[in-house]
Amino acid sequence: MSTTTAMRPEPKTATLSAPPMLEAIDVTRMFMVSQGFMRAKKPLHAVNGVNLSIRQGEVVGLVGESGCGKTTLARMLLGLMPPSSGSLKIDGQPLTGMRRRDVARLVQPVFQDPYSSLNPRKSVGSIIGLPLRVQGGVGSEEEKKRVHEMMELVGLARRLFDNYPSQLSGGQRQRVAIARALINRPRMVICDEPTSALDVSVQSQILNLLQDLRRDLGLTYLLISHNLAVVEHMADRVAVMYLGRIVEQTDTDTLFRNPRHPYTEALLKSVLTPEPGLGVPDTQLGATYPNPLDMPTGCRFHPRCARRFGPCDRIVPRPLTSAAGMVECHLYDDDVKKDAAA
Amino acid sequence: MSDRILTVEGLEVSLPVPSGTLNAVQGVSFHVDRGETVCIVGESGCGKSLTALAIMDLLPRRARRVARTLTLLGDPLIGVPETKMADLRGNRMGMIFQEPMTSLNPAYTIGNQLEEALLRHRKVPRAKARERAVHLLERVGITAAGQRLRQYPHQLSGGLRQRVMIAMALMTGPDLIIADEPTTALDVTIQAQILHLLAELQREFHMGLVLITHDLGVVARIATRVVVMYAGQVVETGTAAEVFGAPRHPYTRGLLDCIPIPGKTKRGEHLGTIPGMVPSLVGQMEGCHFAGRCNYVIDECRAAPIPLVSAPGRGHAVRCIRADELSRQPAAAEEGAA
Repeated sequence: MSTTTAMRPEPKTATLSAPPMLEAIDVTRMFMVSQGFMRAKKPLHAVNGVNLSIRQGEVVGLVGESGCGKTTLARMLLGLMPPSSGSLKIDGQPLTGMRRRDVARLVQPVFQDPYSSLNPRKSVGSIIGLPLRVQGGVGSEEEKKRVHEMMELVGLARRLFDNYPSQLSGGQRQRVAIARALINRPRMVICDEPTSALDVSVQSQILNLLQDLRRDLGLTYLLISHNLAVVEHMADRVAVMYLGRIVEQTDTDTLFRNPRHPYTEALLKSVLTPEPGLGVPDTQLGATYPNPLDMPTGCRFHPRCARRFGPCDRIVPRPLTSAAGMVECHLYDDDVKKDAAA
Repeated sequence: MSDRILTVEGLEVSLPVPSGTLNAVQGVSFHVDRGETVCIVGESGCGKSLTALAIMDLLPRRARRVARTLTLLGDPLIGVPETKMADLRGNRMGMIFQEPMTSLNPAYTIGNQLEEALLRHRKVPRAKARERAVHLLERVGITAAGQRLRQYPHQLSGGLRQRVMIAMALMTGPDLIIADEPTTALDVTIQAQILHLLAELQREFHMGLVLITHDLGVVARIATRVVVMYAGQVVETGTAAEVFGAPRHPYTRGLLDCIPIPGKTKRGEHLGTIPGMVPSLVGQMEGCHFAGRCNYVIDECRAAPIPLVSAPGRGHAVRCIRADELSRQPAAAEEGAA
């Protein structure tokens, strides 16, 4: 298997000066949610003022619980859904107004479930080649050649070309999804829980493959995952999302060594590594996840926070940026703390 | 021996498939004592869920179940009439499944479903059943329990539904709880809470707990003893400290190498992999089931069935003829071979 070859030299990590590949500036996405027959619809802010910049060649991890807006953000970054407000830029150009096909040339998705994201009635070769046909300008001989190249790159045997997804294992299917994403040589790949549906022995193969492809093709990744151990292994930088906002964002080592937001702390505590004797951690998070239609006042996290104090249920925390990264929490806001003490 | 809750010896489950007979579980043995958490761990298709279903006699109708011994507190769980079995299942075993949405009935209230087991198996008055339901809902951390009883499953979040499932499993005060991937569908933060709760309840009610999972992280943190399954067989078993601290089977070692651990595995470096695929369990297989994927395979591995042999230490057993020799080798040799 090509992915299990010996280690290659360290990749050139994205330098701080690399230009942004993808930028989200104050992006919001609102949905009107039905409350039932004859009742007024209510707005749900799935993404609420997100700023995220991903530099070329970087791997950014996006973590958070289900319902925090990770997937909505990803859909907007893929150009599949326009933001309600704010702006998105890809490779320096505004994403709004770009044709879907042009966005697809630059950024491609890999989804969680390789069982439902592949058309069961198309052959492997046809699935992988579809983006080429959509973009046009490639003859059928050329298409076949490029599909074969791609299959080799992701470690799929050529003989699988005419097979159907139902004949493949979970790991093979995810390789097909990756090959399909990469065939048009995009600059960036958004991986939404790429290994959550896979067994651990297959997960490690796919993670190794993603690392190799990043190095060999100079790709930029946004890696969305609830598995923090996977994010720690893959990402240069991590953004933690809670109820539609990024509440902490910093480089991976800083985040894991010194988490600042109480929510980040709780998330890190919940990581269960296979180390016996450590027991099951008590995250100290309350049982109830707030109703996103009825957001808590002040800091959205305050009802579950073990370290909340005076102003948390009244004042919305502002983003605080320092050398240690960005955090939205009153614990680090000297002005708010001073007022609370007074 | 009153502490022995569950005894499973030589459990076999087979299913007819178009191409022959699928030997899904092949001679699985383990036991659960009062107050113990036994984790059955393995990847998809290793037979762990069928083992659980076989214990409860809930296998698909076409499946065949055989065992040398299968007893719950000394009572046989095999060859008993269905009415007796339903009685045992309802009174002395509790079950928790992976997807609380599909295992709760959407058409009945939480209260109805919680009370049902007691009404049916214990013939207690409804008020008494309701009282216990409220008590247990509170115990599993659900606030306003009285109101929750009138709600339907769809009105609760995934984490709350799983708490309801746990309360339901506890209603009759069972001696054994069997939980099949109870936290797989949940967020990590909720997973930690639910496991914490399960461990607490297990101590409090002094039950035996069988936890089936594919997540080695969960196992390491919660298990008293671990049963590692591969392709229908137990390949390694022992305490959590034994199996995770000094794994002896190449499969267990391989699995542990696949998992990234913050602070231990280095970013950008390759994780370990297990090449190849799980073998088909249709028909009879000669020799070691892991031979096709093992880096240390020798001719003897394929020649004859490999027995599960106890290693030095309390109950640490492994199904590998080279275990002694391999455990003397430093871990570095393994990385080179991968």
